Amino acid sequence: MSDLWLHPSVILLLGGALLPLVPSRLKLGYLLLVPLLVFARTVAMSKGVFGEVTLLHWTLTFGRVDSLSLVFGYIMAVACAIGTLYGAHVKRDAEHIAAWTYVAGSLGTIYAGDLLTVFLFWELMAFSSVFLIWFRGRTESLAAGYRYLLVHVAGGLALLAGIMLHVHATGSWAFELFDVGHPSLASYLVLAGFLLNAAVPPLHAWLPDAYGEGTFNGSVFLSAFTTKTAVYALCRGFAGMEILVALGVIMALYGVVYAVLENDSRRLLAYHIISQVGYMVAGVGLGTQMAINGACAHAFAHILYKGLLFMGTGAVLHMTGRSKFTELGGLYTRMPWTFLFTLIGGLSISAFPLFSGFVSKSMIVSAGFEDHKLWAAYLLMLASAGTFLHTGLKVPYFIWFGKNNCQPDTWDRASDPPWNMIAAMGIASALCIFIGCYTPYLYAMLPYPVAYEPYTSYHVSETLLILCFTGLGFFLLLKKLEPTATISLDLDWPYRMGGRVFLWLARKPVQIADNLVGEIYRAGGLVPLMRSARLVDVFDRVVIDGVVDGFATSFRQLGQRLRSAQRGALQENLAITFGTAAVAVVAFVIWY
Amino acid sequence: MILVRLINFLRDRLRLVIRLCLGLLALLVVIDLLPFLVDKHHAHTGFEKLPGFWALFGFGGCVLIIVASKAFGKAGIMQREDYYDE
Repeated sequence: MSDLWLHPSVILLLGGALLPLVPSRLKLGYLLLVPLLVFARTVAMSKGVFGEVTLLHWTLTFGRVDSLSLVFGYIMAVACAIGTLYGAHVKRDAEHIAAWTYVAGSLGTIYAGDLLTVFLFWELMAFSSVFLIWFRGRTESLAAGYRYLLVHVAGGLALLAGIMLHVHATGSWAFELFDVGHPSLASYLVLAGFLLNAAVPPLHAWLPDAYGEGTFNGSVFLSAFTTKTAVYALCRGFAGMEILVALGVIMALYGVVYAVLENDSRRLLAYHIISQVGYMVAGVGLGTQMAINGACAHAFAHILYKGLLFMGTGAVLHMTGRSKFTELGGLYTRMPWTFLFTLIGGLSISAFPLFSGFVSKSMIVSAGFEDHKLWAAYLLMLASAGTFLHTGLKVPYFIWFGKNNCQPDTWDRASDPPWNMIAAMGIASALCIFIGCYTPYLYAMLPYPVAYEPYTSYHVSETLLILCFTGLGFFLLLKKLEPTATISLDLDWPYRMGGRVFLWLARKPVQIADNLVGEIYRAGGLVPLMRSARLVDVFDRVVIDGVVDGFATSFRQLGQRLRSAQRGALQENLAITFGTAAVAVVAFVIWY
Repeated sequence: MILVRLINFLRDRLRLVIRLCLGLLALLVVIDLLPFLVDKHHAHTGFEKLPGFWALFGFGGCVLIIVASKAFGKAGIMQREDYYDE
């Protein structure tokens, strides 16, 4: 290694590894310090290629810093700081370590210059983020976590296979734009890996499944990193790939349709991640400078307002233990601040003028119009009406107003959350409004020069008309939107039910074989068996029992001791082990 | 708290608030029609120059999304909450 280039992921991984050693009175300061150091590191970075490490016969590039990785690195660091502040009162160190390792994976992917490094950090993200689901501790979250892992391992394998084929064909490990005009099998496999993480249908069902089941603060992290890192990877590798426009538009509408049906507020927001990432994927597909700028700007804005929305609904979950509309309602007198911040998030995602979505989403739609893809642009406009309908209206209305469905204990527990959660929501809200009001802040960071002005009289008027008349439709059709205690089947059905078919198949033949053996044994072997059994019986009672009983007692005691050690801490142990291993690998690679 | 008081104040005058909102909607449509306030030079397609196009788009889109999604959900997508339980 030629020069010492400090990777921000190293700060996070080391910071996480040292966290259990920090005395508890210093913990809060330490939890805030580490993400701020990471943020400072991403801001202080200069462009260039750093951290090249030669291992055996190939070179890993850990630090490719250009305008595209800079803007994504910046917003990831901001999201990490806000998310950590939001969960700063959580006592379990392993939750913070898992979250930081997850962010480290995301940052590692963003600064990676070669495909192997991309793959390593890509997997780090999947394996660390699953703990943010498991730590919720419910039986459902355990199952959802395993499904999440299963899907991501499959996506990771597609990515790895694609990388191998690509390297075999081209001889290059560099992570650059793939030949989008004539995509090979290798490009398609890599693309499939990226699209799975971006939650593009039909590879999307893991997202609402997992994010609805995450811990109250874990889902804040989840909402920011996996999909937006995938958007980064698509910007880098597949800008201008035509098929992405259609896929993006389908995503944008798909999320909207499921959001109508959804009863769980956090699953509704998860479906709207799919919808919003659809805009970005469409932008990548358009591939013009303006569209790529739009995709980056929208990812930037989206991370903040979606984090804010998950923080708002997470606060409701944290305080009341509920997230379903049919178990909430009328809470505005109990949680007014949470309502206000969630509303700001809702207005931002809906692209109201003066809020962040307005200055970012419209870049993609305008790029669509300018590229003469009118159908795409109009359908994206339709999806934005749906966005306001759900995230701007349905979520705030059915949690804080509407019919009061709260049980007495839900109502008693409901109140605004601890100061650090309020502060995190306040900061995210302020940023959402700041980005919406002062456009140069975001526009100056984008990869290409921006010649776009969102605040024209026509654009403001058009947006206000769409959104306000959507509001009118909402209130007129309020009866139809009343939440019902149902779930909606999605494309996770095949693997949720498929497992059952597999179990049935496995069970039936085994049962048949078992019965058969039993039959043969009963008919042919019974008489001689009875005779020998009498002899064995004596030997057994006299000799064996004494020995076995002694063993059994000691084993039981050992087992009990192990079980108590294992029950609560198994996942924590895994998280710590995984975090430490990750630090060791990165440290080894960097100081090799 | 001031925010709660404000909301209660508005809720006590719900009829007035609704009338004001409807007035605002009408005002938005009117403003959109005035060429010296809203310059439609930047419109991408001819449709957009029709009076109240985006208002209709927003309202129609909203109704379409709700009705179509509900029909989709009723066609077997929405199930009992214990559907996946064994």
